[in-house]
Amino acid sequence: MIITVASGKGGTGKTTVAVSLALSLPPDRQDPAGTSTDEAPSQGRRPSAGPANPLYLDCDVEEPNAALFLRPTIEERREVGQMIPEVDFEKCTYCGRCAEVCQYHAIAVVGEKVLVFPELCHACGSCSLNCPTEAIHEVLDVIGTIERGWAGPVEFAQGTMNVGEPMAVPIIRQLKQWVIPPDPGDRPVILDASPGTACPVVESMRDAGFVLMVTEPTPFGLHDLRLAVQVARDELRLPVGVVVNRDGVGDQGVDEYCATEGIPILMRIPLDRRIAEVYSDGGTLLEALPEYREQFRDMYAAIVRLVAEWKGEDA
Amino acid sequence: MTKQLVILSGKGGTGKTTVAAALAHLASQDMPIVLTDADVDAANLELVLDPAKQEEHAFMGGQVALIDPDKCTTCGICAEVCRFDAVHAGDEAYRVDPLACEGCASCFYQCPEEAIRMEEQQAGLWFRSDTRFGPLFHAHLFAAQENSGKLVTLVKQQARLRGLDTGAALVVVDGPPGIGCPVISASAGMDLALHVVEPTVSGVHDLERIMATTDHFGVPSLVLINKADLNPARADEIAAFCAERGVELVGRIPYDTVVTEAMVQGRPVTAYTERPVAQALKETWSRVSARIFPDGADVEEGAASLPSTEGAASLPSTEGAASLPSREGGR
Repeated sequence: MIITVASGKGGTGKTTVAVSLALSLPPDRQDPAGTSTDEAPSQGRRPSAGPANPLYLDCDVEEPNAALFLRPTIEERREVGQMIPEVDFEKCTYCGRCAEVCQYHAIAVVGEKVLVFPELCHACGSCSLNCPTEAIHEVLDVIGTIERGWAGPVEFAQGTMNVGEPMAVPIIRQLKQWVIPPDPGDRPVILDASPGTACPVVESMRDAGFVLMVTEPTPFGLHDLRLAVQVARDELRLPVGVVVNRDGVGDQGVDEYCATEGIPILMRIPLDRRIAEVYSDGGTLLEALPEYREQFRDMYAAIVRLVAEWKGEDA
Repeated sequence: MTKQLVILSGKGGTGKTTVAAALAHLASQDMPIVLTDADVDAANLELVLDPAKQEEHAFMGGQVALIDPDKCTTCGICAEVCRFDAVHAGDEAYRVDPLACEGCASCFYQCPEEAIRMEEQQAGLWFRSDTRFGPLFHAHLFAAQENSGKLVTLVKQQARLRGLDTGAALVVVDGPPGIGCPVISASAGMDLALHVVEPTVSGVHDLERIMATTDHFGVPSLVLINKADLNPARADEIAAFCAERGVELVGRIPYDTVVTEAMVQGRPVTAYTERPVAQALKETWSRVSARIFPDGADVEEGAASLPSTEGAASLPSTEGAASLPSREGGR
């Protein structure tokens, strides 16, 4: 079961909800106190990649924050990037065909020079396919890193885009390919998306079974929630549900919108200065309010039911 | 010369739009300004400014491949060359998933039957509106569209031309979150970036990354701590970080529920003049203003003999490309 946690508006609590959900799901025996699940696994007792061990992916590769709360032990790290053209000047005739077929203006031929702009390149490979003298081959241009490890019972992975790079999508795509098994079955896989509704968010939602929208009951929250629902439900045809964070501030707009659209509100987290203060020091919601653990488990069960219903209606 | 200030944050939801609206309110009392909402996939500035739309334009954002089923012989070359998993075998012909297609045209060039054409897509709308603080340039990127950076560049160029044209002293740009393509587009050519940060572990982490990004593109930084009293120790940590980096901290805004109330009422928070948060923002503006206009704002200069904004829509959007590093080679 792949759940993407998204929001539209930034700072509504995506990471807070995604982290708390992941920490709530493992069985109690691994965490009798309900507050210490973020400790590293003890030596030699490595968790399995089964239903009891959620997989967490921080897909906000521009500003990844989940590791600040989950404090994982990273076990493996890879550089990622995309294949960009490199010209063999022994073979190049400066005919300009590569520049002509490139839709992104990422390669230019000026006299007897060929310029490649890695930041504009989408790695489509069209220039090398179209080169009449086979003078172009592709080389890896590193734009970020992907990492994986464990945070207690939670398997953790994140992508980090290098500063100054524009394109997040290739990093998210490779992170997903690296860690998500072809058929996760009933293992919870939780993707923490970036704010907004553009291509990085779409990439984080693609292949998900459910999109959990975290919003706040304010005009900004509602405005951006609508846009995120358009992407997830209307464009990608995915079932959605809402978590209302900082419940009690603002107005009734989000509630009215969800009622009209038939979108279930699966949880409400009150506006509580304690949560904000614990969060500001890297603590999780479960540390501030341990009683929420049960609510997160109930929410997960509700999501499983909603997905089953959605599939039933779709068939 | 019209100056340009961009409000950024790295992490989302730290109060960029609230600060942008407040500074626009205060700045407009001192000088003519132009506003830009550069967060084109979740534009919120209009919710506070109650804009009256004057112009609406289509934004043509990119293209997608379309396969003519009558010409398709299902040879499958298109699917083979597609790197974005956007072409799939259908019953009678191959089909393109427009959401996955990045418009690279690789399939268009490789199709032996010439069964594929590239179709330009409208990816959004952009607007010029009037607000009580000055003209606002804003946009809506349609759901799940690409090219947000290109649309950011477009609204920014329009705002700047309007500013130059009318002799405005300042363009205030409400930026997008993150550090990727729309942020880079929003930062290009700015005189100053104001980073709004909350005193949290994620806020501090993200501030370092956004500041490294604006440094990379040569835009000087200022820092403003929002909800500073939520965690005074962490606010001090940010202040120390700024001091170490030689970056001016222009204010500490206290946490105040009136910020949400102002949003619900569709008013800038600075309209609540008696509140400490409004006072803090007023002091912030005087510091920002002193940095951006070291000799005082000269609002007269640059008003005359500049091209009108009419021709601006046809400007190339590759402005950013000139400053991008390239890999160069040749004989």
